[in-house]
Amino acid sequence: MDVVAAIALGFAGGVVGGLLGVGGGILFVPALAIFLGEDQIVAVATSLIAIVPVAVVGAWRQHRFGNVRLSEGLWVGALAPLGVAIGVVVSNGISERALEISFAVLLLFVASQMVRRALRPRPSREA
Amino acid sequence: MLKLAAIGAAAGAFSGLFGVGGGTIIVPLLILWFGFGERVATGTSLVAIAVIALFAAVGQGLYGNVKLLDGLLIGIPAVAGVVVGTGLQQRLPERGIALAFAALLTGMAIELIV
Repeated sequence: MDVVAAIALGFAGGVVGGLLGVGGGILFVPALAIFLGEDQIVAVATSLIAIVPVAVVGAWRQHRFGNVRLSEGLWVGALAPLGVAIGVVVSNGISERALEISFAVLLLFVASQMVRRALRPRPSREA
Repeated sequence: MLKLAAIGAAAGAFSGLFGVGGGTIIVPLLILWFGFGERVATGTSLVAIAVIALFAAVGQGLYGNVKLLDGLLIGIPAVAGVVVGTGLQQRLPERGIALAFAALLTGMAIELIV
């Protein structure tokens, strides 16, 4: 039963990934940690095994739909490791609760911006 | 180019800090900062995520943190899911995508606070 739940969450994570352009880790990590009993670190690391094909297949599909700006995507991807290094350094200097709260605030701010955008009169600029 | 660097850095930073995928940061930044449409933002984000996740997977694998079989158990249905999800997206109006994304971010924020 746990295996079935994990598979279902895997599928759902892929759907969310394809729909919203995320990796799916949001559902993969709990699937691995809760239903397959992995430690958090193993769950986070193992979810990457699912995220890579989701992202590759999803990007390919979106490319066929005409929705990929390839060089921009590659630039963002290539420069992320720099951010990881910064993030690791910063996270070691700040309390976990402070990080959680500030990230939550940021997420809510971004969410509100997205809602504003969704509700404004169309047409939107297709970049 | 500098702005793209900033997005990549921010995505990596949040990834490193919280284990969330970069997509949750990349998509809104591409939309709000670069003026990408929702479909192009989500499509382009997946390219970045593919790169980031590949390197991260290799790194984590070297540390011995990856359970390959479990990854496949999740990954194979996930690939079926992404095929469905991308197809579904093309039928959604762009503002629906933006609202769904806002709901995702809000859910994550709530989960962080409680």
